[in-house]
Amino acid sequence: MEPLKPFSASLVPLPIENIDTDQIIPARYLKVTDKNSLAEGCFTDWRQDPDFVLNNPRYQNGHILVAGHNFGCGSSREHAPWALKAYGFRAVISTYFADIFRNNSLKNGLLPIVVDAETHQALLDLAEEAPEAEIHIDLASQTVTLPNGQKASFPIDPFSKTCLLEGIDELGYLMKQTPEIEAFEVSHPARVQTLQS
Amino acid sequence: MPKTLFEKIWDAHVVSHPPNSPAVLYVDLHLVHEVTSPQAFTELRQRGIKARRPLQTIATMDHSTPTTPRGADGLIPVTDAMAVTQLKTLVDNCNDHGIPVFELGTEKQGIVHVIGPELGLTQPGMTIVCGDSHTSTHGAFGALAFGIGTSEVAHVLATQTLLQNKPSTYEIRVDGQLQEGVTAKDIILAVIANIGIGGGTGHVFEYTGSAIRSLSMEARMTICNMSIEGGARAGLIAPDETTFDYIQGRPHAPQGADWDKAVAYWRTLPSDEGAIYDKQLILDANTLAPMITYGTNPGMGMSITERVPDPKQISDNSQKMALDKALAYMDLQPGQPLLGHKVDVVFVGSCTNSRISDLRQAAEMIKGHRVAEGVRMLVVPGSQTVKRQAEAEGLHKVFVEAGAEWREAGCSMCIAMNGDQLQPGQYAVSTSNRNFEGRQGRGGRTFLASPLTAVASAINGVVTDPRTMVAERAYEVSPA
Ligand code: SF4
Repeated sequence: MEPLKPFSASLVPLPIENIDTDQIIPARYLKVTDKNSLAEGCFTDWRQDPDFVLNNPRYQNGHILVAGHNFGCGSSREHAPWALKAYGFRAVISTYFADIFRNNSLKNGLLPIVVDAETHQALLDLAEEAPEAEIHIDLASQTVTLPNGQKASFPIDPFSKTCLLEGIDELGYLMKQTPEIEAFEVSHPARVQTLQS
Repeated sequence: MPKTLFEKIWDAHVVSHPPNSPAVLYVDLHLVHEVTSPQAFTELRQRGIKARRPLQTIATMDHSTPTTPRGADGLIPVTDAMAVTQLKTLVDNCNDHGIPVFELGTEKQGIVHVIGPELGLTQPGMTIVCGDSHTSTHGAFGALAFGIGTSEVAHVLATQTLLQNKPSTYEIRVDGQLQEGVTAKDIILAVIANIGIGGGTGHVFEYTGSAIRSLSMEARMTICNMSIEGGARAGLIAPDETTFDYIQGRPHAPQGADWDKAVAYWRTLPSDEGAIYDKQLILDANTLAPMITYGTNPGMGMSITERVPDPKQISDNSQKMALDKALAYMDLQPGQPLLGHKVDVVFVGSCTNSRISDLRQAAEMIKGHRVAEGVRMLVVPGSQTVKRQAEAEGLHKVFVEAGAEWREAGCSMCIAMNGDQLQPGQYAVSTSNRNFEGRQGRGGRTFLASPLTAVASAINGVVTDPRTMVAERAYEVSPA
């Protein structure tokens, strides 16, 4: 995975709470066997509505989604962050994320950024007033900076942060645990015979 | 220190816990299906890695498979080219890695969360994962079971482990006794309506209390299944005699001396007296009514006799917007009752409610009635095993005689990616677990409810309180 560098981008406001992964990518798009062909399915049903924000020319250049509370709930489909990335999003900002979506996003370099309600509102206001305005996201210092200089910090677990900043892939990391895994299997023989009976 | 059931299972599976890193957690059983696995196998292939424990892995076909009747050749025809490719990819991948796979229409095939338990693969104290959020179902056995993403599917295939941060615990205690016509599905819909769909995020539920203890294993699975709808990745119920009775004698259950050893271990698993949970919710089963959802997430639920809430009475702006949007999608008015609302489709199925006891309940209620004119009712068994059992009991005849469709096993209309789906604007009473916009078909509108409520509504063609029918039946059969 590519190391994640600081970046600036403008916003797309979608302040609806509990946006589930069936909206982000409906199930009928899940018959693919790859990750890259999902842009078309991203929010596709909502995009049928001409007034939907992704159809609004003001937000055509936005690469950061500002979404409502509990974004990404529902299905565990990793197709959701794949679709968001394929569509061009680099980060999603919300006040809260569903667990599995957050995990899946971190593994794909799509930053799930949790901010407090006040910052969230400030970002929505900014998107409304100045759609072209860019905010700056710096993972190393865990800060979001608005054009007026206002800063907000966001939490991230130290392990995911290191992985993203250094481009470490988790599978490679886990493979290095092989001696420990072997030792565990030897000391827990009952665990490794599930289907052998 | 007294430990909870969750902590006992967690502690027994920590392989290592390097500093500043999540724990490396061992996975006992990995369930795989066609939709969330292809990209994981690709990852392994690109790295030249083989599955570490292919025999602790089992694959089935369920999501993109049609449930239409078999052809003259005895096979279930798959006509969607992408589904054909996806299913073939699964078989090829499993063969490559030596993973057992239950192909479409074969003896043991079915919804992943139905077959694990029925084959005796799901056992107390295990860690079980699958690239599917309803893996929480298996928690009914006192197993730590949760859904993972496709990257993690690759992690488990390659290493039989996962990197996990330890979640917090949340006790959901349900005491008392359910009234006639009220079922496990109503308990879990009530829990979710209570805490909201994000209420359990970061937590593992443990369902406790006398109402839970008195439930059958299949009813317990219905409850644990929807833990994720409350935001919790896993939901557990302590194993007890009901659990052991269910497992004993199943194809993959331990036998002889191994059985005794296993049961002795399983008896050590329940939470210790005085164990502390991070959060708690207490619910009274005695006062529960049948539940139904009115909105576009499973937390938007109410007693079936209540009225649709009014967005104007919600102060939080984003919540208000969400309800406005939901009611617009559902084409419902604030203050409107759902009782008597027209229904186009009734779906009995999904990993929530497609087991034999669900089908028996549904058949019992529909016997002697007909599906109302203009209503389409589908009954979709959760697995080939359930289907055979139901047919041996003649349940399929009851459904067909009543005017319902009896289908092959699979996810069917729960997910609308296999040909079974609602038409835009249609209303369904569904025994599945998600009422998200478009979940059962683009533009389709879902009321989630129990099998009893679903069947009662099919008979009347409108949303119906099953208690009125239960009472009627009791009257019909009581001696004069
Ligand atoms: S029945 Fe529905 S919820 Fe269950 S596994 Fe299938 S698609 Fe998922």
